[in-house]
Amino acid sequence: MDKEFIARGVKRCSTGKFLLWIVPWAALLAFGLYAAALVLVKGLNQTNMDNRFAFGLWIFLDLTVIALGAGAFFTGFLLYILKIGELRAVINSAVVIGLVCYSGAVCVLAVDVGQPLRAWFTFWYPNVHSMLTEVTFCISCYLTVLAIEYVPIVLKNRKLREVPSFLVFEFELHKLIYVLAGVGTFLSFFHQGSLGGLYGVLRGRPFAFREGLAVWPSTFFLFILSAAAVGPSFVLLTTWLVEKISRKKLVKPEVFGLLGRISGLLLSVYVIAKTVDTLIWINRTSPESGFPAAQYYSWQPFGTWILFAEIGLLGLVPALMLLSPKLRAHTGWLVAAAAMACCGVALNRFVMTVQTLALPTLAFDRYLSYFPSWQEVGTFLAVVAFGVLVYSVSFRYFQLFPSERELKMQVK
Amino acid sequence: MIGPNKNIRAARYGMTIDVDRCSGCGACMVACAVENNVPPANPKATDRTGLTWIRVYKIDNGLPYPETRSAFVPVLCQHCGNETPCVHVCPQQAVEVDPATGVVGEMPQRCLGCRYCVAACPYHARYFNWWDPKWPAGMEKTLNPDVTPRMRGVVEKCNFCHGRWHAAKQQAAADGKPDTEPVEYTPACAEACPTKAIRFGDLNDPASEPAQAAKNGESFRLLEKLDTGSKIYYRSKREWVRQIANAPHPAASGKESFHG
Repeated sequence: MDKEFIARGVKRCSTGKFLLWIVPWAALLAFGLYAAALVLVKGLNQTNMDNRFAFGLWIFLDLTVIALGAGAFFTGFLLYILKIGELRAVINSAVVIGLVCYSGAVCVLAVDVGQPLRAWFTFWYPNVHSMLTEVTFCISCYLTVLAIEYVPIVLKNRKLREVPSFLVFEFELHKLIYVLAGVGTFLSFFHQGSLGGLYGVLRGRPFAFREGLAVWPSTFFLFILSAAAVGPSFVLLTTWLVEKISRKKLVKPEVFGLLGRISGLLLSVYVIAKTVDTLIWINRTSPESGFPAAQYYSWQPFGTWILFAEIGLLGLVPALMLLSPKLRAHTGWLVAAAAMACCGVALNRFVMTVQTLALPTLAFDRYLSYFPSWQEVGTFLAVVAFGVLVYSVSFRYFQLFPSERELKMQVK
Repeated sequence: MIGPNKNIRAARYGMTIDVDRCSGCGACMVACAVENNVPPANPKATDRTGLTWIRVYKIDNGLPYPETRSAFVPVLCQHCGNETPCVHVCPQQAVEVDPATGVVGEMPQRCLGCRYCVAACPYHARYFNWWDPKWPAGMEKTLNPDVTPRMRGVVEKCNFCHGRWHAAKQQAAADGKPDTEPVEYTPACAEACPTKAIRFGDLNDPASEPAQAAKNGESFRLLEKLDTGSKIYYRSKREWVRQIANAPHPAASGKESFHG
């Protein structure tokens, strides 16, 4: 039915099968949208957040998906600025992942604020000292860049190419791709950093507060580094998943290896930097605020295990796995290491958001717990469903993996 | 942000709260709510989602009976004067420190409701409007016309009874006093306290009670080491009470009760 929209030389499942795949995700999206609508209409009392747990599942989700979506800017940076040509095989997919992650995060942020209609106030009355202002500006601009980067992918569709003006527009747009990659990289560096800075500047929360360079706390740089490290891992992971689900060879094994090696190198640097930062925080920053660092880990269930899990098990271990050429050669190990790296960064974002708020600051304060409401979980799931749907449609109708046709011919 | 005006003799309003005198009656909380149009709690509100600009915590020394001793600690916005944590984080300048008074003000009309300031405040003195404000029929007639009620989805907190400060400024102008001089007034909580545990004044005026109390060896500020420049001084003759100035300790805090 939709054959003429599918690229020449590639094979996609039947329309019926495709519909069968997207219907459950569409249903999940509808459920999530209902949950989000309830929050928008009735207010944030529909969530389990409170005056102590001012942020919850959604902020954790935002920080995590934006870190995972970093593959878009970092792959673009490596391909267009550092000229690592092999990454052309995954750049389109990385852009779609980035677009999905960032647009999902922005939508959730709009639900997460008490007065979403006042979002423009941040542009009208910006507080230049606030990390959130930096985040808002950079994310809005970068989402626009991602949308522009997505346009040529859409315009490459077989049917759309029949319109001459689209062809010209796509050709002209493509000339800008180097500028867009540069702008995207600059904006991404800043907002990944300012997302880290969001918590790092909280001097009233010594668990999160970090010293730094000039106005930027160390978390600013750690977030950039961790996002750059995990972005390629997530691109690797999604490409592998798409290969499995579609039962097609989409990229050459060398590309997987290259993504793994880049991720491993950056993850190693991140683990070293994070370790140094943690030691400075334990021995100087936190005690100087009157909070001996050891006490944070006396509040169960957040014992020291969480620190070791974040830096060791889900940081150092995947870094070493990704650096080892022997392990990289095995897809199973490579994918496992990439998944562990992604989980490590998600755990880091969890610690920065949820653990920070759970810990008491006043002497007579309690340690508090929080469990998200179904409306929060529903909205979270809507982002996942939205991501799967956009990616599925893009994979079916656009050329996300330029090597797919060539690989298919080789198999033949 | 408001810039300093060299012609104004700036005040630095602050408080001293004598913990030994506080009986935990909650009159300050009620007076504050009435003065500042804080709505009655929504039936679904909990102690973590309710609204109050001043909250009385009950603490004890953690010892078994008969050595058990308890005290009440009213906690309100500490009006931090040193790199005020909430001011720096607000993305749209809805929070500011008035250089003429030192009061940390909140502009609910500009608040986005992002709650970043709530997360930034180490004293948990900021409250979010989780519900639409509702007063029982007829009770809305008792609202204070000098204070704007806040809407759902914005943050609010103590502003040292800004409405009263305005009234005092108008009175001073009517009395022919210069506009550049600080005015004397009393916030609702200090006025309502039956034991006079809460005293309010200008910390820049050495003769004021809070300024004198600040120098007292029995005075302390919460989380002093964070160096937030809090303008609320607590005092107690009891050593174990003065320990609350420090960071929490898991072993000790487990024994302490909590009341608000």
